[in-house]
Amino acid sequence: MGARYFGASVRRLEDPKLITGRGTYVDDISVAGMMHVAFVRSPHAHATINSIDASMAREMPGVHAVLAADDFEGKADKPMILPVPAPIIKQAKTQYPLARGSVHHVGDPVAVVVAETRALAEDAAAMVMVDYDPLPASVDLAHALDPGAPLAHADSPDNLIATLKGGFGDAAGIFAKAPHVFTERLELHRGGCHSMECRGVVVRPDPMGGRFEMWNSTQVPYMVRRYLAQYLGLEENAIRVAAPDVGGGFGPKAVVYAEEYAVSLAALHLGIPLKWIEDRREHFVATTQQRDQIWDLEVAADADGRLLAVRGTCLHDNGAYIPYGIVLAATAMAAFPGPYALESVDVTIHSIFTNMVPNTPVRGAARPNTCFVLERLVDLVAQKLGLDPAEVRRRSYVRPDQMPYTTGMKARDGSVVAYDSGDYQGCLDLAFAKYGADFRARQAAARAEGRYLGMGMASYVEDTGLAPFEGATIRVQPDGKIHLQTGAAAQGQGHKTVFAQIAADLLGVRFEDVTVEAADTAAFPLGIGTVASRVAVVGGSSVHMAATEVRTKAIKVGATLLEASESDLELEGGFVKVAGTDRKIGLGEIALKLNGLFGSPMMKGVEPGLAATSYFEARELTFANGSNICEVEVDVDTGAVKILRYVVAHDCGKLINPMLVDGQIRGGVVHGIGNALYERMIYDESGQPLTTNYGEYLLPLASEMPRIEIVHMESPSPRNPLGVKGAGEGGTIPAAAAVIAAVEDALAPFDVRIKRHPISPQDIVEMIDAGMPALAAE
Amino acid sequence: MDVEEKRRISLVVNGRKIEREVSPRKHLGDFLREDLRLTGTHLGCEHGVCGSCTVIADGVLVRSCLMLAIQADGMVLRTVEGLAEPDGTLHPIQEAFHEKHGLQCGFCTPGMLTTLAAVIEENPSIDEAGIREAISGNICRCTGYETIVDAALSAAATMRQGA
Repeated sequence: MGARYFGASVRRLEDPKLITGRGTYVDDISVAGMMHVAFVRSPHAHATINSIDASMAREMPGVHAVLAADDFEGKADKPMILPVPAPIIKQAKTQYPLARGSVHHVGDPVAVVVAETRALAEDAAAMVMVDYDPLPASVDLAHALDPGAPLAHADSPDNLIATLKGGFGDAAGIFAKAPHVFTERLELHRGGCHSMECRGVVVRPDPMGGRFEMWNSTQVPYMVRRYLAQYLGLEENAIRVAAPDVGGGFGPKAVVYAEEYAVSLAALHLGIPLKWIEDRREHFVATTQQRDQIWDLEVAADADGRLLAVRGTCLHDNGAYIPYGIVLAATAMAAFPGPYALESVDVTIHSIFTNMVPNTPVRGAARPNTCFVLERLVDLVAQKLGLDPAEVRRRSYVRPDQMPYTTGMKARDGSVVAYDSGDYQGCLDLAFAKYGADFRARQAAARAEGRYLGMGMASYVEDTGLAPFEGATIRVQPDGKIHLQTGAAAQGQGHKTVFAQIAADLLGVRFEDVTVEAADTAAFPLGIGTVASRVAVVGGSSVHMAATEVRTKAIKVGATLLEASESDLELEGGFVKVAGTDRKIGLGEIALKLNGLFGSPMMKGVEPGLAATSYFEARELTFANGSNICEVEVDVDTGAVKILRYVVAHDCGKLINPMLVDGQIRGGVVHGIGNALYERMIYDESGQPLTTNYGEYLLPLASEMPRIEIVHMESPSPRNPLGVKGAGEGGTIPAAAAVIAAVEDALAPFDVRIKRHPISPQDIVEMIDAGMPALAAE
Repeated sequence: MDVEEKRRISLVVNGRKIEREVSPRKHLGDFLREDLRLTGTHLGCEHGVCGSCTVIADGVLVRSCLMLAIQADGMVLRTVEGLAEPDGTLHPIQEAFHEKHGLQCGFCTPGMLTTLAAVIEENPSIDEAGIREAISGNICRCTGYETIVDAALSAAATMRQGA
C-alpha cells in the first residue's frame, strides 16, 4: 500500500460547488409550505415579565401565529437540557426555549412570530407588547461575588455557579522557599465566533405526525437530536437532524440553542415547516461568546529563572446561563501547566453568572486564556530577572526525554494527564531558525530612528482528540466507487478531503472516487460532534479502521475469486491484483457479488456487502504543541500596531494534508490577532451591548493581516493509528499572547507592561503616556 | 396573501433577461436569493460591512444587502453563478481559489470571488497591497486572507498571460 494521498496537499473535494455558488447552506433550503420565524427578544439585561400582549401582532398582514412559552400547553415549561452536568455546579441554570417570567440578558428569546415572510415576521415582532419590570443587572465581573452585588438571577443566593480547584505539588512550600516570586493581575476578553454564516434551522414536521426533520447550521447534529428528543419526549428515531454546508462554526455552533428548541416546538405545535435564520444583530446578542476572565497570579522561579510553580485565582464570567456547564472553567484549568515542567500548580477558578450573553467555547475554548496567563508570567520572570524570554522558556520546558510526561493535572474524567510526544524546545528553535537572529540589532537601529519595533513569543500545548468516539461506514459500490458515511460534521475544515485521502490510500482507489456523506443522523447512527480539534484524530482514525477492514475483506474475497493466496494480493487502481501479474478483479465486481443475487447463495463465511463500520474510541488525549514569534511596529503617536512578521512552528503529529493544516493555522492565528488587537464586545453598566455591528465590533481585515510563515515539526502520536493530533485551534491558542508580548517589547522604553487584551490604539497611547515619566528618568 | 404593493422591474442577471414584480422594500440580495433562487450570493451581515453579498452591477461592485431590488431596474448584474463561462469553464479566480486553498467554509467566498473577478479584470497588474485593499471590505473568518491573496495574485498572472 502506497501513501499516495496521506501527507499530500491535494486540492479539496469540497471546493467545486462552493466556488460556483452551488453550496447548500441552511438558508438555501426551502420546503413546501414553509413559513418564517422572527424572535421577540428581551431589550433588558435583567427583568421580570409582567405580561405579553400579542393581539396587535396577530392582526398584522401575513402573520400566522405568535407564540410565547405559555402557548405550548405545558410543553415548553422546562428549562433546556444541561448537556454537561457536574456535581460541583451549585446553580444549574439553563435557559428556557422562550422566557418564563423573567429575562437574563439582552437578546433572551421571549416569543416567536410566524409569518409568510421574514420581513413580515419582523414587522409583527416589533408589535408584540411585553411589559417588563427591569431589575439591577450583574455586569461587573470583578465585584460579582461581593455581598450585595446585583444578581443575574433574582432567585439566586449569589452569582457563583461553581468553584473549581486544581493543581498538584506543594505550592505553599515552593513559594515559601523560592528565590523569586512575582505577582500579576491579568484581564482577558475573548469576543465572539463570528462565523460568516449566522446560525439557522429549517424544521419540517412529518405530515404523518410525531416526527420531524431539521436542517441545522450546527457542529453537533447528534447532540441536537439527543436533547430535542429528551425535551420533546420523542424517540431519537423520530428526529432527523442534518447539517448541510455550514459557513463556519468556531465553537458556538456546538451549542443546542433556545432557538432550536423554540422553532421545533412551534413547528410541531402548528404542524407546518418553519425556517429561522439568525441575522447578524441576533448573532451579537444570542450566539454564545467567550467573555472575560480576571486572574490574580503568583509565579515562583529558581535562581536561574526556571519556573517552579504557579498559583492563583480566576473570576470567570460565564454570562447569563450555563449551556455548557462549567466546561470553559475546566478547560482553563486543564491547560495548566502548558509546556512547562512545573513542580506545582494551585489554581482556583470561580465561574460566575452575569447578565450578558452566555459563555461557551470559542476557537481554543479557554486554552488561549491559560496560554496568555502562563506566557505573560514567563515574560514577567524574564523581565524581572533580566533574562531573554526564550531562555526562561528553554530552562522551563518539559524535555523530549520526559515523554510521556505526566503533568500532575487530572483530566475531566479524573484520569491522569500525560503528554504523548513533542519537543517543545525543538519547536521554539525551529521558529527562531525561520525567524532569524538579527532582531535585537534591527530593533536598536530602528529605535535610533525613532521607530519602535517589538518581538514577542508564545508557546503552548493543546489537548486534542477529545473522547469518546466517532465512527465511519465505508461501502464499496458496484461501480467501484466508495461511499463513506460518518457522523462528524464539518464547518469548512475539509473533512471530506482528508477522510477521502485516508480511505483512498488503503483501498487503492482515486480519492475523487470517494464520496463522503457526513453529519446526517439519517445516514449514520451515532456521532458526537466537531469540537476541541478532535475530528482528524478521532474521525480520521475511524475511517482508517473501517477502510482497513474493507481492504481485508476485499483481499479475502479476492483471493477466492482469483484463486490466489491472500499474501500475493494488492489493491491498486480500483482492483484487487495478484502482484506482478495482470490477474485482477475490480472492487466494484467484488461488491456486486457480495451484494447478492436472487437465488444465488453467498460465499461461505462472508457477510453481505463489501463494507465495514468502525468506531475509534479515544482513550487518551493527544497533545499538539507549538511556538509562535510575532514582530510588530508600534506608532507611539497614534498607538497603531502593524504586524511585520508572524512565524509559527507547529507540531500536530503526522500531517494528512499540509495545505489544509496550514489553512487551519493561518485562520486560527488571525482569530487570535483579533482577540489581541481588535475584538471587543462591550456592555454598559446596565448590561446593554454597545457593539452589535461590524462598525463597532472590529474583525481582522486583509489590509491589516500579515503573512503567516509556518514551519512544521512532526512528532507522531502513539495514541491513534494515524499518528495525528488535532490542528483546529493551535493557531489561535498562542496568538494573543505572542502579539501582546511583541507590543510590550516595542514599548519597553516607556516601561509599559501589558496586562490585558484586547488593546486598542487608544489604550496604547494611554499606556505610553503613563510610562513617559520612566522614559524621562532614563 | 398579497400584503404589499409591488413594482415591476426588468434587468439582466448573468446574461438572462429577467422581469419580476417585487416589493419596494426588498433588498437586492433577498431578491436574488428568494425570487431568482440564485442562492450563491450570501448574506453575512446585512449592514454593508462583511461583503459576502457583493455582486457586480453595471460593472461596479455593490453590496446587494444595501441596494433595493427596484434600484436594479434596468441594470446588468453578474453574481457568483455568472463568473464561469456558459460552458462551465471556470473564471481564473475560481480556478485559483481551488488551487491555492482560498476558501474553507465557503460562505464569504462568493463575495470574495465577485470582488476579485471585477478588480482583476479591471487591473490584471494589481499587486499584493492592491489586492489586500480591494478585499478589505470582505470579511473572512476562516482563512486569515493569505491564501485568498495568493489566489488573486495567481489569477491576475493567468489573466495577464491570457490578455
